Amino acid sequence: MTPFTYAKPSSIDQAVQLAGPGARFIAGGTNLLDLMKENVARPAQLIDINDLPLRDISPTPDGGLRIGALVSNAELAWNTLVEQGYPLLAQAILAGASPQLRNMASTGGNLLQRTRCLYFYDTATPCNKRAPGSGCPARDGLNRNHAILGASPLCVAVHPSDMCVALAALEARVIVRGRSGERCVAFADFHRLPGDTPERDNTLADDELILAIELPAPRFAAYSHYLKVRDRASYAFALVSVAAALELDGSAIRTLHVALGGVAHKPWRDAALERQVVGQPATADTYTHFADSLLRAARPLPGNVFKVRLARNAIVRALIQAQRGKCQ
Amino acid sequence: MNLPQPSNGQPLDRIDGPAKVTGTARYAGEYPAPGLLHGSVVGSPIARGSVRAIDCSAALAVPGVIAVLHHQNRPPMAGDDAPYQDADAADGQPFRPLFNDQVLYSGQPLALVVAQTLELARYAGTLVRIEIDEQPHQTDLLCAFDQAHDAPVELPKPRGDFASAYAQAPFKVDATYSTPVEHHNPMEPHASTVIYQDDGSLLVHDKTQGTQNSQDYLVQVFNLPKDRVRVRAAYVGGAFGSGLRPQYQLVLATMAALNLKRSVRVSLTRQQMFTFGYRPRTVQRLRLAADAQGRLQAIHHEAIAQTSRFEDFTEHVVEWSGMLYRCDNVAMAYKLVPLDVYTPLDMRAPGAALGLIGLECAMDELARQVGMDPLALRRVNFTDINGNEGKPYSSKALLACYDQGAAVFGWHRREARPRCRCEGHELIGWGMAGGAWEAMQMKASARARLDSEGHLWVGSATTDIGTGTYTVMTQIAADAASMAVSDVTFELGDSALPTAPLQGGSFTVSSVGSAVRQVCQLLRGALVKAAKAQYPALAGEAPERFVVREGKLWVGDSGYALDTILQGHALEVKVDAEPSARRQGFATATHSAVFVEVRVDEALGTVRVTRVVSAIAAGRVINPKTARSQILGGVVWGLGMALQEHTQTDHGLGRFMNHNLAEYHMPVNADIGDIEVIFVDEPDDIVNELGSKGVGEIGIIGVAAAVANAVQHATGRRMRDFPLTVDKLLAD
Repeated sequence: MTPFTYAKPSSIDQAVQLAGPGARFIAGGTNLLDLMKENVARPAQLIDINDLPLRDISPTPDGGLRIGALVSNAELAWNTLVEQGYPLLAQAILAGASPQLRNMASTGGNLLQRTRCLYFYDTATPCNKRAPGSGCPARDGLNRNHAILGASPLCVAVHPSDMCVALAALEARVIVRGRSGERCVAFADFHRLPGDTPERDNTLADDELILAIELPAPRFAAYSHYLKVRDRASYAFALVSVAAALELDGSAIRTLHVALGGVAHKPWRDAALERQVVGQPATADTYTHFADSLLRAARPLPGNVFKVRLARNAIVRALIQAQRGKCQ
Repeated sequence: MNLPQPSNGQPLDRIDGPAKVTGTARYAGEYPAPGLLHGSVVGSPIARGSVRAIDCSAALAVPGVIAVLHHQNRPPMAGDDAPYQDADAADGQPFRPLFNDQVLYSGQPLALVVAQTLELARYAGTLVRIEIDEQPHQTDLLCAFDQAHDAPVELPKPRGDFASAYAQAPFKVDATYSTPVEHHNPMEPHASTVIYQDDGSLLVHDKTQGTQNSQDYLVQVFNLPKDRVRVRAAYVGGAFGSGLRPQYQLVLATMAALNLKRSVRVSLTRQQMFTFGYRPRTVQRLRLAADAQGRLQAIHHEAIAQTSRFEDFTEHVVEWSGMLYRCDNVAMAYKLVPLDVYTPLDMRAPGAALGLIGLECAMDELARQVGMDPLALRRVNFTDINGNEGKPYSSKALLACYDQGAAVFGWHRREARPRCRCEGHELIGWGMAGGAWEAMQMKASARARLDSEGHLWVGSATTDIGTGTYTVMTQIAADAASMAVSDVTFELGDSALPTAPLQGGSFTVSSVGSAVRQVCQLLRGALVKAAKAQYPALAGEAPERFVVREGKLWVGDSGYALDTILQGHALEVKVDAEPSARRQGFATATHSAVFVEVRVDEALGTVRVTRVVSAIAAGRVINPKTARSQILGGVVWGLGMALQEHTQTDHGLGRFMNHNLAEYHMPVNADIGDIEVIFVDEPDDIVNELGSKGVGEIGIIGVAAAVANAVQHATGRRMRDFPLTVDKLLAD
């Protein structure tokens, strides 16, 4: 661990004033401390935000929910309003990590998890995300866990979060504040594809702090499902995960949202494709066709060809489960 | 005073349990010492080359950093290979840490930073600049078969004529199985705390399975008088074979302590736990042939395994195929491929855990060929003679394992046809496999001392790597001395105690247990003799009537104070036990039959193991509770071997990459269904005087094969490349 300074601001303004390129906010620290111990992250300053008033879960005027950035993953998953209105979110959170980690990990921090790419974690190897310009051994090396969608020649890493996959399907918004003020970011625009700058996971500016996540009014409480496929029954990152959410008009699809985890640098969604299935019958055939269309853009690597078939089967399975109704 | 109830056979709680769960048990990396310094290892990022330059200036500039040791400035150490040969050394030239500029594998220690705190040492380690002239490397077994050479072992001679028997038989299997590199990953990482005593001698707390092995090694490598080095390992947080050889942290900590004349600790990180021994990758080809009744006509087992360029690591991979079943035409081959990697190392059930995967999957394939139930095929081929040696087994209750395991599992309800059972999205399959492990006995010594208050102390330099040695040795001692376990203390894990072999191979109860039994019997005999000398009235009393309790020697209702009998002194005796002479002329082994139920979701490629029954024939079980725990642990590990465990190598970089417990997968609680353990009755008065064969290895053996066989039954697909992960299940 490289030496660093530490500050614990008592107000959001103070925190934002302290922020900068060499500094990192710390809340639960479940990912950042690991990265610091492995010498992957070497912040010059840690800004401890645990004293900031960001721990509320409260209804919004439009019938949605505002979740403070410091709400723990465990609190969020077991919150009554979340369980009732957004069971998909609760299910996704509980599919991740372990109870101990969920007790520590914060909502904001979950969005900022770094990839679990083996090369990113090992400072003895090149990695464009960790050390820009050093190369990407994953492309020709161990890429079983890597991206099949949206990757760039420089980076094939995937985002590891489960919670974010559900937030993408639920069309959450991220409320952030920097020194120039507050802005609201659509979830689809929060994380980014690697492109030429894989060192950047998201669109936050250096001085910006996540204040909250806002969920729109519940629409998918009746028909949703989070399906996570992994190498063991618990405590493993997704090979592929699917957040499936439906609104039904009798036997026809009114709304379909599908977000994929474990396949790209960000939770993967195709809203245009989702709109095309509106009005179609809610059947396995429709879901299969949708899955095939969604995965047409897939460009698997030698080690992860299986992810295309897995994603297709998982999308269909998750949508069928979602259609069966709550608590499936 | 009644004779005490025998303790052997009782499920006594672990004697070391309270200390472990309350945190008072100290492990090697937890001992304090005045002025203790901390070392952090800097490893090589590349697999092969030579060090051109090491720049330590930035590291040394950090306040609190004391020294950086490397091959150019280290203190003197032995130059030849022989001093580095430890009790578990492989053939060849042992690795010598910081010896010269040669880089032999990725992760090799190249420097040790010593600082006042661990954090400083680790940070300064990131500032050490090492320039390496890189050379081409090869780490992929599959790409280097042309480099294979015969393993330096004496395999059983071929018997009969494999080729013609195989050619003539009506039913045949010719299949190749592969198994990956796996790492031990004990919960406690390797660590050594070397305490530099005032007189310059060393007290070393080491994570090891043999304190005397570590002691001898240090004496040889650093040319120290033996009485100046004492090695202790009071508690070991799992080892599984990783502590059989002295590991490099021991050398580095000792080197630094001698150099600085200070106490030094070196604890390896989890990542560094992937920079020494491991279970080697193997490719195994099995050829089996049978007649129409399923009788084995021919067996050929060939294994190719990886090793390092400096040592030829060997284990018993193929021998099992010549000893488990009756077959007149058997041949074996075992080859090694040297790669730019560290030397493999014994890992739980070394060799057998691999070889029985090949044999027992192939037996399942053969059963399908012949059209027999897999269990029936094994019964038909049962033998009570070890064909490799032509000797009868001292005991082999394997048929009882088959019967009792099958009955508890409900095997008779199994329908032979694959894909015959489905629930929801899951196909259900049942599979089974057999297992074998040699029941060895080594020389071992023990000392016993009875004080005048009636407390018995027994010691031997063995270790307890979590297996229950403290507990079972206490039980054996108590019974042999006719005392209650509460009056007995067993001490281990100290090189100053009487000689014991490495703890491994499931031979600790057999070896050390026999010594403990003998020394306690001897002590009891001496005590009775002394009593009879003092009290002529006792002369005619049968020896077995004497009991030691509450500071007295009792015969019936008469108690005689030990203080008087022993005239104020403690009574002390020592025994050097040899393997039982009766073993000559016999083969000795433990056996198992394991039955597994899996549920396979074909669309998602997942396999769940919902039920396991493991039936074990291991002679007499001293402590059913600790023995059962050994089998449970073995079964869980076997499920990991089947479905998850796999150290992934980037062959371009020549480096293990999933070197942490988030990415190196082993089963978690949610992966484990019901596991039932059965110990079948197996009387054996030949194997050793306790009749107990040891259970450390047998639990894991055969499990992975049983899972693969169950997956075949569930899906109709034979998978031969372990572990059976999602990607492979989804492949065409």
